[in-house]
Amino acid sequence: MSNTAQTPWQDIEPLLSVQQLSKFYAPGKGCGDVSFDLYPGEVLGIVGESGSGKSTLLNSLSARLAPDAGKVIYRSEQFGELDLYAGEESLRRQLMRSEWGIVHQHAADGLRMNVSAGANIGERLMAIGERHYGDIRARAEQWLQAVEIDSNRIDDKPAQFSGGMQQRLQIARNLVTHPRLIFMDEPTGGLDVSVQARLLDLLRTLVAQLGLSVIIVTHDLAVARLLAHRLMVMRRGEVVESGLTDQVLDDPQHPYTQLLVSSILQN
Amino acid sequence: MTIMIDVRGVEKSFTLHNQGGASFSVLEGVQLQVVAGECVVLHGQSGAGKSTLLKALYANYAVSSGSIVLRDGNQVVDITTALPRRILALRERTVGYVSQFLRVIPRIPTLQVVMQPLLDLGEDEAVCEAKARDLLSRLNVPERLWSLSPSTFSGGEQQRVNIARGFIVDYPILLLDEPTASLDAANRQVVVQLINEAKVRGAAVVGIFHDEDVREAVADRLVDIRAL
Repeated sequence: MSNTAQTPWQDIEPLLSVQQLSKFYAPGKGCGDVSFDLYPGEVLGIVGESGSGKSTLLNSLSARLAPDAGKVIYRSEQFGELDLYAGEESLRRQLMRSEWGIVHQHAADGLRMNVSAGANIGERLMAIGERHYGDIRARAEQWLQAVEIDSNRIDDKPAQFSGGMQQRLQIARNLVTHPRLIFMDEPTGGLDVSVQARLLDLLRTLVAQLGLSVIIVTHDLAVARLLAHRLMVMRRGEVVESGLTDQVLDDPQHPYTQLLVSSILQN
Repeated sequence: MTIMIDVRGVEKSFTLHNQGGASFSVLEGVQLQVVAGECVVLHGQSGAGKSTLLKALYANYAVSSGSIVLRDGNQVVDITTALPRRILALRERTVGYVSQFLRVIPRIPTLQVVMQPLLDLGEDEAVCEAKARDLLSRLNVPERLWSLSPSTFSGGEQQRVNIARGFIVDYPILLLDEPTASLDAANRQVVVQLINEAKVRGAAVVGIFHDEDVREAVADRLVDIRAL
């Protein structure tokens, strides 16, 4: 048992490479010197309390907030290897419509509330060039069903949906274009516990079935444990610990992670 | 004999930063080799570090020093240094871990909970279901419960669902953390059979068992873990 050969593992290239990324609004406000690789099919959880820089990092990673320093390299299906902030704005927007998805904490930020559920889903398809009305409607119906919304609600507006349904619609809208990388910001944040379980189960199933890569920000360690393969723990803008999800949660090394884990109420 | 698990010089200490930085050493200089088809039972008093070692073998705990090399087909992997995704791949096909506790999302039915690990490997659904049904029957989980989520089951029923889930994939390495605790004699016997079947197909098994009858029925070797 000598040579620790890992050849097949070295062949796969990361989908996203983040190199010494920093974005500060003020000292301690933002995120600093973050580096990691995200591989295809991997779900990375970013955890930490409010104000720890999780959302700033997510915004910088998803091309919505230019960093002060550092690089985000994305290996695109259409465009090859891209240095996100070195390229054109139009390119980033195109990625966001096609290869990427963003699930916001508040569904209203990710949906158009005054157009129908079907149009919310169809809009993403039209943005990548689909024109056939019948096809678009059929795909919208399929995706409503996939996220467990009755397809006869296709002409209703999201405003008439419950919070959990809105969140599922937002997920359908994102997944319809078969993105490779999804960014999620507290996707179960404002939902009742009973609704959360259903959404988590759905998310986990879809992520596994579609082989999606996901970066998910959450302050809920139970959500992180359920969805994430590995975790980064953030505090005051810095990554203080990272690794395999259950190892970080069951055998935390850093004082802050220990505090975070020991603060959960057991039931 | 193929060595499946090779533990060398493992040390593990815990530092509780939020409790005055108290630090204590649990494992020191642990050496352990387990070959295919062998069942090693970790033996020692409560608190001696048996569970800690088992969790380290699953990479659930990080060791302070030393190496833990597991065989994965024709490769070997040191899980103390491997990337998370390498460890997750090992857990998918190679290393199974069964504790007494079931952790599931509330609304998934029992049959699905049991067959999921095998489904994830791309196995045919009918094959997975047949195997899940067989395991649940053998473990005396009443068929009327199979379509229900185990979250409302009794402790003993949940435990048996968890064992069925742990044995659905023929893992080459099996780690068993008191899977028989609080099971009745008949069900303990079923678990003994499952472990012995795993050994026959060549699995390397490391377990912790408090029941002497189980220990005697499955162990090829006892390894003493002494409290430091």
